[in-house]
Amino acid sequence: MELSNLVLRFRGQPNDVVDHVSLAAKSGEVLCVVGESGCGKSVTAMALMGLLPPDSSLISSGNLRIGGETFDLTRDVVPRAMRGNRIAMIFQEPMTSLNPAFRVGDQICEAIIQQGGATRAQARARAETMLRRVGIANPAQRLLEYPHQLSGGMRQRVMIAMALANDPQVLIADEPTTALDVTIQAQILDLIRDLRDDIGMSTIMITHDLGVVAEIGDRIAVMYGGQVVEQGPVREVFDNPQHPYTIGLMSAMPGLERPGARLAIVPGTVPTIANMPEGCRFRTRCVFATAACARRPALSEIAAQHQVACHFVPLEENIEVAR
Amino acid sequence: MLAFLLRRILIAIPTVVIISIMVFGLQHLLPGDPLLVLAGEERDPAVLEALREKYRLNDPIPVQYLAWVGNALQGDLGVSLRTNQPVTELMAQKLPVTIQLALMSMVFALVIGIPAGILSAVKKGTATDYVANVVALSGLSIPNFWLGIMLILLVSVKWQLLPASGYVPPSEDLWQSIRTMLMPSFVLGTALAATLMRHTRSSMIGVLSADYVRTARAKGLAERVVILKHALRNALTPIVTLTALLFGELVAGAVLTEQIFTIPGFGKLVVDAVFNRDYAVVQGIVLVTAVGFIVMNLFADAMYFVLNPRLRGS
Repeated sequence: MELSNLVLRFRGQPNDVVDHVSLAAKSGEVLCVVGESGCGKSVTAMALMGLLPPDSSLISSGNLRIGGETFDLTRDVVPRAMRGNRIAMIFQEPMTSLNPAFRVGDQICEAIIQQGGATRAQARARAETMLRRVGIANPAQRLLEYPHQLSGGMRQRVMIAMALANDPQVLIADEPTTALDVTIQAQILDLIRDLRDDIGMSTIMITHDLGVVAEIGDRIAVMYGGQVVEQGPVREVFDNPQHPYTIGLMSAMPGLERPGARLAIVPGTVPTIANMPEGCRFRTRCVFATAACARRPALSEIAAQHQVACHFVPLEENIEVAR
Repeated sequence: MLAFLLRRILIAIPTVVIISIMVFGLQHLLPGDPLLVLAGEERDPAVLEALREKYRLNDPIPVQYLAWVGNALQGDLGVSLRTNQPVTELMAQKLPVTIQLALMSMVFALVIGIPAGILSAVKKGTATDYVANVVALSGLSIPNFWLGIMLILLVSVKWQLLPASGYVPPSEDLWQSIRTMLMPSFVLGTALAATLMRHTRSSMIGVLSADYVRTARAKGLAERVVILKHALRNALTPIVTLTALLFGELVAGAVLTEQIFTIPGFGKLVVDAVFNRDYAVVQGIVLVTAVGFIVMNLFADAMYFVLNPRLRGS
C-alpha cells in the first residue's frame, strides 16, 4: 500500500490539515503513524477510507496505490466496493463502534455479504471462524449476542473480526487500544500482530503511544501539523531520532531508567490550523529554530530509508550552527 | 421485560384512580343541574325528587363515586341522561369512526413526517432542509379548521373531487368510506406530520454522527443502507413514543375537525354531551380516553424492548 502526496483541507480553513503526506507499508508490515492530537493522523486515515464528508473536506492531491491499482483520491473517494474489502478499518472506540440495535453476528455477516458472493449460511460460518480467530470463546453463542453484552476488549475483537472478515490487503487501526485496559491493550496488540503474520496485510497503526510503536511497529512515521516530519524503520528512528519534534516525543516517554524523574515535555501546544506558521510548521515550538526555518524543509534521506524534514540534519553536526 | 411491563401497569393503576376521581369530581363542580335537562319543562318538586332518588343523586358524593366506579369496573358506565342509551353503547357506535379517522390521519402523518425528517437530517443545512423546515413550520402554524375549510372549498366545492362532509361506514362501502375520510385525515395528519418531521430530524442528526454509523460506512455499505438501517433503527425509539402519544390524542377526538367535516366521532359525542350536561356520557368518555392514553403509553414502553436490545436483558 502506498499513499502519495495527500493534500487535504477543511472547507473554510486557510491551511491544509494534511500537507503532502506520503505513507507506505509493504505487505505484512506495520506502519505506525504517531503524533499529538490534531496532527492530522486520523484525518489521513479517514481520507484513506473515503470516510470524510465531501461537503466539509476537500482533497486537492493524493494517489492511493493498493496492490497493482492506483486511485486518484481527488477525483472520487475510495470506491465503496473496496471499503471493508481490500481496505478495512478499526476504530478507537470499541464501546460505541458497534451498532447497539443489531446482533454481533448480523453485523459481521453484513460486512461479508456486502462484498458479494456469500450466502447467509456461508457468511455465518465465516463469521464464526473469524470470531474464533480473534480469540473469542464460544463464538456460535457470541454471534447471537448484542454489543452491550460484550466487554470493551471483546467488542474490539469483534471489530477486528469484522474488519478482517474479507481478508483486506490494508488494515487501518486508529488508536485501537487507547480506550482499553493495559492488559487488554497488550492482548489486542498481540492479536493484530498474529493476524498480520497470518493474513499478510499492510497495517497502518495510528497511535500516540510510543510503547505501542515499540511493541508492534516495523516502520514509523512521525506527523506534526499535518506533515510527515520523520519516518523510517522503528529501531533506526528510536535509536537515532533526528527531527527535534521526534526527539521531544522520545524524551517525553516515561522510562524505568530514572524512576521519579520529571518527564520532559515538548514546550507549547500545536498551533491551530489557521495559525500554522509558514515554512517549517514546528518552528514556533522548536528550540533550534532560526530564520532559515521560514523556508519549508524537504524530507531528506539521512540513512537507509530514514527520512527527516529539518534544515539542520544531521542534528549533531549542525547543532552549533543552529545555536 | 415482563417484570418491567408489570411494574409499569402497577404504576398506571393509581393514575387511573386519580383520573377517575377528577373526572367524577369536576362534573360536580360544574354549574347547572342535569335534572333540569331530564325533567324538561316539568318542574314539579316531587318529580325532581323522584328522579334524584332514581339516579341516587341524594347520596353523599363519595358513595356516588364508589357506585360509579363499581359499575364501571363491570363495564357499565351508566346511561345517557338524554337518550337513555347505555354510555358504552354510545361509545361503541362512535369509536370505530374515530379509530378509522385516527388510523388514516396517522398514515398521513407517518408517510409524510418520517421521510421528510430523514431527508432534512441527511441534507442538513442545504436548501432541501430549509424547505422541509418551512413546510413543517407552516404545517404546525396553519389552524386545522382553516385548512379544513379551504380544502372543502377547493376540493369539494370547486373541483368536486371528494365529498365535503359526512361519514360512510367501511362495512357499507369501503372505497366511499376512505374517500369521505380523506380530507379530514389529511388535515389532522399534516399537523402531526410536522411534529413527527421535527423529531425525526433531530433524532436522526444525533444518530448520524454516531461511531457505529461510521463503522457501517467503513464496511462499504451503500449510503441508503447506512441511513435506513443502521441510523434509522436507532433514531426511531423517541419517534415510536411520540407516535403512540399522538395516536392517543387522535383517538381522544378531534373536536374541531370532526365538527367541520360533520363526522360523528368521539369529538362530536363529547361536545354534545357537555352542552347537554349529560354527566354519564362525559364521565364515561373522559375515563375511557384517559385509560386509552395510558394503554398507548404502555404500548410505547413495550416497543422500546423491540427497538432497544439493551433493555431486554435487564
